[in-house]
Amino acid sequence: MEATVTTGSEEKVWGGGNEPLSASYGKMMMWFFIVSDALTFSGFLAAYGFSRYKFIETWPIADEVFTHFPFLHGVDAPMYYVALMTFILIFSSVTMVLAVDAGHQLKKTRVIWYMFFTIIGGIIFVGSQAWEWKNFIKGEFGAVELKSGRILQFLDASTGERVALADFAKPLHGERVTQESNQGIWFMSETTLPSFSVEEVKAGFEANHNIVARTEMSDETGKKVVLTREQTAERLAQAAMVVEGANLVHNEYGNRLFADFFFFITGFHGFHVVSGVVINIIIFINVILGTYERRNNYEMVEKVGLYWHFVDLVWVFVFTFFYLV
Amino acid sequence: MAHAHESNTKRIWVVFGILSVITIVEVILGIIRPAVLDNYVLGMKLLNWIFIILTLVKAYYIAWAFMHLEGEKGSFRWSIVLPLLILIPYLMFILLVEGNYIHDVYHDGFISWDF
Repeated sequence: MEATVTTGSEEKVWGGGNEPLSASYGKMMMWFFIVSDALTFSGFLAAYGFSRYKFIETWPIADEVFTHFPFLHGVDAPMYYVALMTFILIFSSVTMVLAVDAGHQLKKTRVIWYMFFTIIGGIIFVGSQAWEWKNFIKGEFGAVELKSGRILQFLDASTGERVALADFAKPLHGERVTQESNQGIWFMSETTLPSFSVEEVKAGFEANHNIVARTEMSDETGKKVVLTREQTAERLAQAAMVVEGANLVHNEYGNRLFADFFFFITGFHGFHVVSGVVINIIIFINVILGTYERRNNYEMVEKVGLYWHFVDLVWVFVFTFFYLV
Repeated sequence: MAHAHESNTKRIWVVFGILSVITIVEVILGIIRPAVLDNYVLGMKLLNWIFIILTLVKAYYIAWAFMHLEGEKGSFRWSIVLPLLILIPYLMFILLVEGNYIHDVYHDGFISWDF
């Protein structure tokens, strides 16, 4: 029954074949790996909490950042998509535990089907995360970064709704083209220019009288402080560049650390999901080949199950600290 | 293994139900964000306390039911859970207090960084 090698010297405590904690070697090591990995993740989340407490008044509001849902363009749908992702992951965890349960009863076909659904769930989850990243990187409204490195976002003064740069920036002629290495002195090139220059945004601001801006600063109720026309003009004089979307250096949603932590923590979690899917596929093939049937023991399924549940467990915390709190 | 042949299917679906209900409650609270829950309790908004407690409840069910800690020997179970229960709150406490302190230094200091 057990995977452990029997040495024939069970009467001696140190002779092997002895399970002091009633757990096999492989399972115990999987658990200890999970403990250390859990500490790694809590280190990341604690660092996130540290930075957030440090910049508590200027931290971006997650509900305003993640508002997309597939096929619903322009509809403001905060939370729904990430809630769906959470459900997909929890459900794949359920099919995994059902596979483990079927394995205990040595029902091979059921193990195969449940593992299949688990793998599909994992793949859908990773795909959803990629889509979420795509939206985050692409950005929605665009913003202006000031010389201080802070972000200025634009709103309609009458409705209080966010306004995209494309809706008010005034196209100017004679604009600069992207510098490529074959055109200039030396081999200097630059990344793609944003759709609008700072001058175009400034001109658009002068032309549209109901455009105001808000800074990263929140008031006591957690709402971002909206500036007056005059304050906006004053801040806009300090504009350094136009930011569209988010990357590790610039972030149109606010504090760039938010983007850094988002990429790092969800990326590290996504990496765990991918490796979980790969490990699941390997065990899935082994189940089909009948390896565990012959061994008369499905403990391998239980071990990868532990890893898969751990990935789900981490997501529960990431979900809370990135999207809810 | 003692639990080798019995089926836990019912228990699994019950736990799935609990996890779903908790997630739905979290999402609803996250979308509405009732103003009543904006009061500060022990330095944090009541709503955030609710989220964190619900998350810990979810974590408990995943670890105990799905990862089957409830079926392991007590010594094994606590050798896994106790280090986490001691180290993570400790780390959180240190880093959050420090972050808060740095925030105060910036806030009360003479350097303007928001301009």
